[in-house]
This record gives sequence, C-alpha cells and structure tokens, in this order.
Amino acid sequence: MNKYRFLTFCLLAVSLLGIACGGGGDEAAAPTAAAAPAAATGSGAITGVINYANGDPDTAIGMDADPVCVGLHAEGAVTEQVVGDEGRLGNVFVYIKSGLSGSFPASADKVVLDQQGCMYNPHVSGVQVGQPVVIRNSDPTLHNVHALPTANAEFNKGQPFQNMEFEHKFDTAEVMVRFKCDVHPWMNSYMGVVSHPFFAVSGTDGSYSIENVPAGTYTVEAWHETLGTQTMEVTVADDAAAAASFDFASAG
Amino acid sequence: MEPTSTHHRGLHRFAIVLVCCVILLISAGALVTSTESGLSVPDWPLSYGSLNPPSWWTISTVRAEHGHRLIAGTVATLTVILAVWIGVRENRRWVRRLAYLAVATVLSQALLGGLTVLFFLPTPVSVAHASLAEVFLCLTVTLAVVTSRWWRRAEGEPATVPGARRLFDVARVTTGLVFFQIFLGAVMRHSGAGLAIPDFPLVFGGLIPPAFDFPIAIHYSHRLGALAVTAAVVVTLVRALRLPSAAAGLRAVAVGLATLVAIQISLGAAVVLTGKAVVPNTAHVATGATILATSLLLTLGSWRSARAAVPSSAGAVRDPAFEGTGAQSASRATAQPNPSGGG
Ligand SMILES: [Cu+2]
Repeated sequence: MNKYRFLTFCLLAVSLLGIACGGGGDEAAAPTAAAAPAAATGSGAITGVINYANGDPDTAIGMDADPVCVGLHAEGAVTEQVVGDEGRLGNVFVYIKSGLSGSFPASADKVVLDQQGCMYNPHVSGVQVGQPVVIRNSDPTLHNVHALPTANAEFNKGQPFQNMEFEHKFDTAEVMVRFKCDVHPWMNSYMGVVSHPFFAVSGTDGSYSIENVPAGTYTVEAWHETLGTQTMEVTVADDAAAAASFDFASAG
Repeated sequence: MEPTSTHHRGLHRFAIVLVCCVILLISAGALVTSTESGLSVPDWPLSYGSLNPPSWWTISTVRAEHGHRLIAGTVATLTVILAVWIGVRENRRWVRRLAYLAVATVLSQALLGGLTVLFFLPTPVSVAHASLAEVFLCLTVTLAVVTSRWWRRAEGEPATVPGARRLFDVARVTTGLVFFQIFLGAVMRHSGAGLAIPDFPLVFGGLIPPAFDFPIAIHYSHRLGALAVTAAVVVTLVRALRLPSAAAGLRAVAVGLATLVAIQISLGAAVVLTGKAVVPNTAHVATGATILATSLLLTLGSWRSARAAVPSSAGAVRDPAFEGTGAQSASRATAQPNPSGGG
C-alpha cells in the first residue's frame, strides 16, 4: 500500500518538476527595443572583404534520411560553411558590436528564412530585435524549425506542408541564433539578432557593405560558423566608406 | 479462490505478449535517442498536428519518433485491456492493484514522453522517461509471472526446491543492481556522455580516468556498474546451477541471464568503439531491458520456489499469507533497487 502511494507520489513529483523546470514558455510578448528616443542613421558606410586562403572545406551532404530531399538535388548538395571564390569567404556575419549610442527602431521589413531543397536559405542572415522573421517551408516534405538561442526563448515548430509559414520576433540581441531541423540533421542556419540595423553578410565574393552608418568609432565583429570571430576598430566619417577587411586565414 | 484455468491461460499469454511489446517499445525509444530523432516531431500529443504526419514512414527520423509514439499507444491500449481483464477475472486483490498501477505507470510514462518533447529533451525528464520505462517493464513482467499456471499451482505442489531461497537472496540483489545500472546508463545517454571515455576496455589507456568531470564520472560509473552486475550474475548463475534438476526452468533462466550479460558487455564495447553507431547503441538498450526482465523473472521464480517450501500451510492458509508478503515483495523488487528481506 505505502509503496504504491510512494510510487504514485514520485510520478506526480517528477511530472511537476518537468513542468516547473521547462516553464518559461514560448513566444513571450515581444517588447520591441524602441523605448529610448530613436537615434538617427548616418551617411557613412563600412565595407570590406573577408579573405580565407585555406581552401574550401565544404563537403557533400548525404540526404538519405528523406528520399524527397535526395530528389531535390539531382547533382548532390554541399555544405555552406565556406562559399568563397578565389580565397574569399562568404556567409560571414559582420556587425557593429559596440560604439553606437541611442536606440534604433526595428525595421518592419520581413526577413525570410526559407527551407528550400532541405536546406535553409539563407544559411547566414541578420535581423533586428523585434523585426519580423518569416519562416517558410518551400519543400514538398515536412520540416521542424528548431531555434536554439541562449538569450531568447527556444522554440520548435512543425511545418508539415509546402508553403506553410509563420512569423517570429526575437526579444533580445544574440549573435548568433542557430536554427536546426531535427528531421534533416544536416540542416543548419545562423541568424544574428542585433539591436540596430548595422550588419551585413558577406557574399560569395567575400565582400560586404554596411550602409547608413552614423559617423563615429566602432568595434566591428566578423563571425563565421566554424572559424570563429574577429574584431576590428573602425572609424566612420560622414559620406564616406570606411574599409574593414578581415583575414580568416591567419586565424587558423 | 478457484482460478478458471482456461481464462487464466489466455490472460497469462496476453500478459506475455504485453511484455514483448514493452521490450519492443523500449527498443523503439532507444532508436529515437540513437538517431537523435527526439525532436523531429515537435508537437505532442499530435504529430505535426495530425495522427499520422505525411510521409512519416519514408523519413527515417520521423519514422523513429512517430513509430515510437504509435507503439507506445498500442502498449498503453494493451495495458488497459490487460488491467480490465485482470480486474474482471483475477481474484487476488494485489494482482488487480498491480495491474491498475501498470495502467497509471504507462499513462505517466506517456506524459513524461510528451514533456520531454515539449521542453526540448531536458536531461532529468528524459532520464525519468527512460527509468520509468523499466519500472513499467518490471510491472508487466510481474503480472505475466504471477498469472502463470506455475505460479498459481494449487494441489500437489512439489516440496521446497532446496537452494531456491539462497538463489532468491542473490537474484534480488542482481535485479536491483541491473536496474541501477540501467539508470546510470540513462543518465549517461541523456547527458551525451556515451563517448566521454573513448577507449575500451581500458579507460584513457589505464584503469582509472586521469581526471573527472561529470560526463567522465557518469560514464565510468556505468562501466563499474557493469562489473558489479557481472559479478552478481556470476554468483546468481552458480547458485542456480546448484539447484536440483527439478528446477531446470530456473537454471535455464539463469543461463539465459548470464548469456545476455555477455552479449550486453560486447554491445557496450561496440557502442564506444563504433562511436555510437545506431545498431549497437539501440541493441544495447534493448538487451539491457531484456536482462532486467530476465533477472526479475529469476527473482520471482526463485522466491516462489522457496515459498513452496511450506507444505504445512497449504490450502486456506496459504493464499492470505501469499497476499500479504507477495504484494510487498513484488513491488519491492520492481520499484526499488535495494530490496531488503522479503517473506
Ligand atoms: Cu528539415
């Protein structure tokens, strides 16, 4: 008798513990970061290229877990860590890490994170705190969208059908938020969530450009999925582009 | 008090089928963790908002997770059917209660499974899910054993099997150790420590890890646990083999137990040496559950064989006494790893 009661109690306690630990909940009513008076953008810019001399480490992706995905890549798929041409590195997230004053209202433009060919498009992107992110499934198969932030709330949502989409806003700046699909373990995407609009992602030619930067001196950080981060002091003047190129080859 | 043997035979067989389904279910759960498919279906209790998500059978990760849910639903249904059947047919109150407890356990287990999905696999919830699965298995094994004709044999039962009591004394310790060992394995598995010690049979080239952090400590504990279980099983086997030929059944179960442990250690080695390949990683959990079921079978069997000892208290006296100690002993063996004296 007592044993049964004890066991029942334990079951109950474990269940409650799970609820309590996991709590915290979902979305959270997003307080957009626009409390302080909005600071003006400027007429300067930060531009540069990302260099990488060690060759392209991208590898083929085996998509055997889902025959639909295999069918979407007649010539096979490769990873997108490095998509650089001639020693240039793409998919590097470059942003002003510090030095800005004031706050910047979130853009209302929607950032799209698409699932296409069982890969995320784009692989690396940026968004402002409070700016809407539209997550879409363009594939004729199902995906789960699993965001793994540390400062924001984790979520995991299913998109079983083609052309489904939902919108999400992040509450807190966080570089980077990783997205993964647990259905297709190779699917990864990284989104830089920042409190201002001064960020960019390098293209396949390694170049990037951050526009409308107010004059001032900033710490600029460049982030790469596997090669880590580098920072640089950059002084921006009005109506001019300050150069800030990063060399990841030496970062080893 | 008089069991109607035809009905009991069907019920007993149904309980055995349930035990097999539970081991299958645990194996399916192991496949989910081995393939890291636990979050490939993000919602619960539905799967992608429906009972069966589109193309679930063709996508390996979704097949693992959703398949686990379907088998779990089947097992829960079978458990309810068994409990109703026992509720109607069974005249021993403690057996009826055990069956109801099994229903409560399988429902709690489903809830834990849902919680671990909805909260992104927190280690304590996943470990509780893995551990409660083994408790549930023990409950179903117990139901299958105590509904057997052998357990309920009435008149003309043989005299006490000499040595059965001594076998029971060690078998129950073995069962407790096996349960604890599976618990350690679950903690290791769900905290991602399965490869924390990369070599086998040595440990970083020696016998003791040069440094300890949590993953190494839990992994090392699981290996020490394997040694303890092996030692207990060897003693169990020796005592079982000393039983008279009348107890050939118990001896065979003990030989099976020892064989399973040998297989299990090989599988554990394979998990480490293959870097957690899916097949050995899943088979290791399946075999662990089978070892627990076998050890519990031996424990209950030896207890029953030792109790047959009291021919003087046959008939009217036996059954009530049986109700008292039997219920306690069974729950002790299933729910707690450290059984103390029983009967
Ligand atoms: Cu996917």
